[in-house]
Amino acid sequence: MKFLGLLTVLITGFLLIQAERDFPDWGDVNSPASSYKLSQHYITQTFAETSVPNMVTAVLADYRGYDTMFETVVIFTAGIAIIGILRVFGSNIKPDHPEVVLTKKKPDLIVETTCRLLIPIIQLFALYVVAHGHHSPGGGFQGGVIFGASFILLALARDLQYAQQWVPENRILNLAGIGIFIYAGFGVASLLLGGNFLDYGVLTAIIPGDVKDAHSHSMLGVEIGVAFTVTAIMFSIYSSLSSNGHMKEGI
Amino acid sequence: MIILIFLILTAFISLRVKDLLSAAMIFGVYSLLMCLLWAGMGAVDVAFTEAAVGAGVSAVFLISTILRTSRRSSD
Repeated sequence: MKFLGLLTVLITGFLLIQAERDFPDWGDVNSPASSYKLSQHYITQTFAETSVPNMVTAVLADYRGYDTMFETVVIFTAGIAIIGILRVFGSNIKPDHPEVVLTKKKPDLIVETTCRLLIPIIQLFALYVVAHGHHSPGGGFQGGVIFGASFILLALARDLQYAQQWVPENRILNLAGIGIFIYAGFGVASLLLGGNFLDYGVLTAIIPGDVKDAHSHSMLGVEIGVAFTVTAIMFSIYSSLSSNGHMKEGI
Repeated sequence: MIILIFLILTAFISLRVKDLLSAAMIFGVYSLLMCLLWAGMGAVDVAFTEAAVGAGVSAVFLISTILRTSRRSSD
């Protein structure tokens, strides 16, 4: 059986290496991906159409906005699924593995002081990443993950209950829902104003400025929605995993 | 090139190492090297995501899961 497995791996690897030779070189201007008309349009017209310098964000949040919306829904669904599998209700739960003993830790002075200094900076940086995502690398996903990580750091440094003072369980789920609601709200708003779903151009009626500004500002709004969902789900996954599902004592 | 060699090394080690905790840590190192590679290729957005998700949060998820499970199965 082991021999068969090795043989399969070797044959698959050989085929993959053979197929790799047909790939265009890295950064080849004549490769199909670079010479295709659509990518030429993105590269040359993104700034003229949306006034967003970072074309990765423009493609993610505007040209392929539908895709990103359902990516956010996928993250939401993943969080809900983890809660559905792990969450345990009730007060006197027997531990599944009695040999796993996690000692209650005392708050450590060095760890606590470092976290008190670091967490505000991390959260400020996360907000910057979200708000500046269409001018520099970053955006809702990255900013949301960093913001969620700051709460995870708080829960690691103190304990889970301490972090849950700011993000209790019901607030997490509300935040995750609100994020998708904001994203879909931009889509529905453009539907109501006579455009297609997520066609930000028609939002000039509510957003001040011309069509380009409407695109740019809607992208910011959409990124904020993504950041809400990702922050909430990241912390929810951590608190489910680290507390065996009863959301009381973390690691 | 050196990063690529280390990438393959860390991938191999994280598969072979017996201790799950060190496997999770080495997997984090793998993500960090991957992030450096993305940044070197000019895909800064992808590198950013890899650094935040791969090297940061997913390592924490793996470690918290490992700390909550036992070595032997209870069945």
